Amino acid sequence: MGPLPGPERAEPSGDDILLDVRHLEVAFRLPAGRAFAVRDVSFTVRRGETVALVGESGSGKSVTSLAILGLTPPKPFCDMSGQVLLRARDGGMRDLLTVPDREMRQLRGAVASMIFQEPMTSFNPVLTIGDQIAETLLFHLKLSKHAAFDRSAELLDLVGIPDARKRLANFPHQLSGGMRQRAMIAMALACEPDLLIADEPTTALDVTIQAQIIELLQRLQQRSGMAIIFITHNLGVVAEIADRVMVMYGGRIVEQADVVPMFKNPLMPYTKGLLQSVPRLDLAGRRRGPLAAIPGNVPTILNSPPGCGFEPRCGFARLGECEVAVPVLEEAMPGHAVRCVRWSQIAREAAS
Amino acid sequence: MSVGGMSAPLSDAATPRRGFGGPALRRFYRHHLALIGGTIILLMVLACAIVPGVLPYTDTFIDIRHRFAPPFTGGHLLGTDQLGRDMLARLLMAGRISLAVGFLAMALSMVIGIVVGLVAGYYGGVIGALFMRFVDAVLCFPTIFLLLAVSALIRPDVTFIILLIACTAWMEVARIVEAQIRALRERDFAVAAEALGASDMRIMLRELLPNAVAPIVVSATLNVAHAILAEAYISFLGYGIQPPTPSWGNMLDNAQSYLSSAPWLAILPGGMIALAVTSFNFLGDGFRDALDPRTDIK
Amino acid sequence: MTPDAGQGAPDRDADTLLEVRDLRKWYPIKRSWLSRERESVKAVDGVSFGVRRGEVLSIVGESGSGKTTIGRLAMRLIEPTDGTIRFDGHDITHLSRRQMRPIRRRMQLVFQDPYASLNPRKPVSSIVAAPLDIHGLASSAQDRREKVAEALGLVGLSPDHAGRYPHEFSGGQRQRIGIARALISRPDLLVADEPVSALDVSVQAQVVNLMLELKERLGLTILLIAHDLAVVGHISDRIAVMYLGRLVEIAPVRALFESPRHPYTEALLSAVPIPDPTLDRRRILLKGDIPSPLNPPSGCSFRTRCPYAVTACGETAPPLAEVSPGHFKACIRDDLALRAAF
Repeated sequence: MGPLPGPERAEPSGDDILLDVRHLEVAFRLPAGRAFAVRDVSFTVRRGETVALVGESGSGKSVTSLAILGLTPPKPFCDMSGQVLLRARDGGMRDLLTVPDREMRQLRGAVASMIFQEPMTSFNPVLTIGDQIAETLLFHLKLSKHAAFDRSAELLDLVGIPDARKRLANFPHQLSGGMRQRAMIAMALACEPDLLIADEPTTALDVTIQAQIIELLQRLQQRSGMAIIFITHNLGVVAEIADRVMVMYGGRIVEQADVVPMFKNPLMPYTKGLLQSVPRLDLAGRRRGPLAAIPGNVPTILNSPPGCGFEPRCGFARLGECEVAVPVLEEAMPGHAVRCVRWSQIAREAAS
Repeated sequence: MSVGGMSAPLSDAATPRRGFGGPALRRFYRHHLALIGGTIILLMVLACAIVPGVLPYTDTFIDIRHRFAPPFTGGHLLGTDQLGRDMLARLLMAGRISLAVGFLAMALSMVIGIVVGLVAGYYGGVIGALFMRFVDAVLCFPTIFLLLAVSALIRPDVTFIILLIACTAWMEVARIVEAQIRALRERDFAVAAEALGASDMRIMLRELLPNAVAPIVVSATLNVAHAILAEAYISFLGYGIQPPTPSWGNMLDNAQSYLSSAPWLAILPGGMIALAVTSFNFLGDGFRDALDPRTDIK
Repeated sequence: MTPDAGQGAPDRDADTLLEVRDLRKWYPIKRSWLSRERESVKAVDGVSFGVRRGEVLSIVGESGSGKTTIGRLAMRLIEPTDGTIRFDGHDITHLSRRQMRPIRRRMQLVFQDPYASLNPRKPVSSIVAAPLDIHGLASSAQDRREKVAEALGLVGLSPDHAGRYPHEFSGGQRQRIGIARALISRPDLLVADEPVSALDVSVQAQVVNLMLELKERLGLTILLIAHDLAVVGHISDRIAVMYLGRLVEIAPVRALFESPRHPYTEALLSAVPIPDPTLDRRRILLKGDIPSPLNPPSGCSFRTRCPYAVTACGETAPPLAEVSPGHFKACIRDDLALRAAF
């Protein structure tokens, strides 16, 4: 599976590593004090793979993605530390947290780009779709206006929008939700980035449209070989598209594994709890009893427990072990890391 | 098996009470001008209420020997006017009238404005449109001229003046309230109340109005400032409060003839009016900032 | 006895708590003063179904299906353009506001957005006690307090929470408060409009469990409006599928998932992701977008996206017909072998 993120790991081997995040920390300055949205997050993304970042509200998943592309609020309100290494077109790694603005703008949109949950608010309502897609082409690829519009039409066609040429002259509100999301994908892919960050792109869509968009992303990924970081809270979607999964809770990564081991053999009590509490279509009508719900509430940014973030809600927590210190993210099995001091005991108890 | 399992303590999600406690109060304290304004008003009100009782002179005592005394002379802290009456005492007694007119006119205009705005905003449709067009129509009248015209025609006693000023001020309130209520009307909690079978009155008064408090408070404070100023206008022009009852406005009117010889006769009441109006404006600003949660940077 | 939905003899039995027949809600759009045409958005276009006492009937659909409108119509929060609504045998379609009051005690609504459905300026005790105050159900202040405490206890909250304000609670807790408010007057029918979709995943299960338990304990009848088929599949007895204002299929839950009879149901079921990466599902992808409710296709409104459409589909809107006991579909084709959910 390759090297695992962690303080004692060696330099990444192989230049198929596209993104290397090391000990990312993001803190917000609020009137109530300094609050950490993201703590000690490290992971890598290789070319062509799809990594899912799973979590609920307050988990830090969205902030992580914004931090990667430098889209968080500016200095006094938001402090970031750690490294976010992105492989630029020339093969070298750049730390996105320290590159000058100019270089960041070259990278953003061209090497790594992002799509969001609400396509309506991501588009400028007073510019046409064609203008907005062409804008990124004109800036990054320095195409002529004519060539940019041709390419824009091609892109809309690629994402499955019928009458692509005519649609270039439409305004965002003239498109349906699914169409807008496709247009946003077209805009993000205009310069053929190596990395696409998708922040809950299907959450606001109807389920049949969601299926279309997921299929579209998979098709586009096959065609271009780009890597995708897919942020979501929907475990079904994760099972569909992800190669690797990272579960976040309270600003930290609590479990990291390939998709099959994550679903079939979750080690972290939070992951287990989540999988058991989600109603499943394939069990519809059959499991009539209550769902195995996780008690309590999701922690907010201001009130994280001192030890393990999940401890107040964890059915396996033991006094003296769990709340004393934050557990480290350790490798339980090759390619499967978990942040839980009792994971092996829990696994043994379950087996017996 | 527990019902969903509510084992986590409430403090997980506890935040200080919004509205008039906690963060709102903090925001208010940060607004220094508002604090100053508020303090000044408080002092003014206290002074007008208490001090005349402890002064050696009343406002009507005529001290012929010390006419036109400048401030800090002859035992009079702020001097005397052309009849030898103590300026401090006059100023504070006039303050009683002016401030009372200000507050009462505000109260009346708020009541009218809130009622109209509430009904128009809640029912919307034809009724709402009718009400708001009526408000627009009344707003078209130039208020100063209206004030003067009417006060020139009727016997100007304090009650009537309060009524008059209120009649020219309620429209803004109605507008603000109507806009708020119209927006709140569609919120889920209002629909919930309707679904429960609540009567219109109940929804208007118990669900919607409490949520519109912020702009109402701001409007009320600014309204007082407007009312004080309005009273000063009409009294200054001779149509408002009539002497011997002192008001800052008619003191100013009185001082016109002596501007070069006894400027303090004009400066003092004028200064009080300016101070009062400015203080209320600052206070209103402070309330607006305090009650609008969006002024915090998120 | 299955409440009829459409053609055939309507059977009204004492078992049906809520019944809607040929319900329509059309919103007129005025084009211009001079235009003759009266276009309408047909949010709900001829829907009939019944909810039996003690059952959970879910109405599912995507945007534009009209499911939220149905919920509001059933509660008479919106006036129907046409059709009838019967509650416990009484025709409530045209009752005045005052006449509706006693009925309102018996049917309550739970909202989707836990942040907007509670008045931010009122303490929880006041919010939860509102039905008692409105209908005069509490004999004294003490009685009121006790009833509020009882309602809070029912939903898993403690009576000390009564003095707090909504913003002091999390989303899941607020939703519980909304449910407590809905249940304090012991209604017969609970209409739940997307009760869990705004909640975090780990909290959704809590509220789903809560609703199930309350249904058992209080003998509630629930009309659930949702778009999440997995949640619906877990909690419902029967499911009704809507598309563009019309009912396309209605069936008991297992029948719907194991043998759907309408192509839209089949597509909907196949589109729902299942959290198991080892499953091999071939998904049916529908072409295009949901048509605008302003201009629905002629005949069967689903035909433009239906993989099985034939020319006849464009002629008339297919009526809802019974294909097996309790299982109705609105599709002219009887020969389709549709795939199960899984």
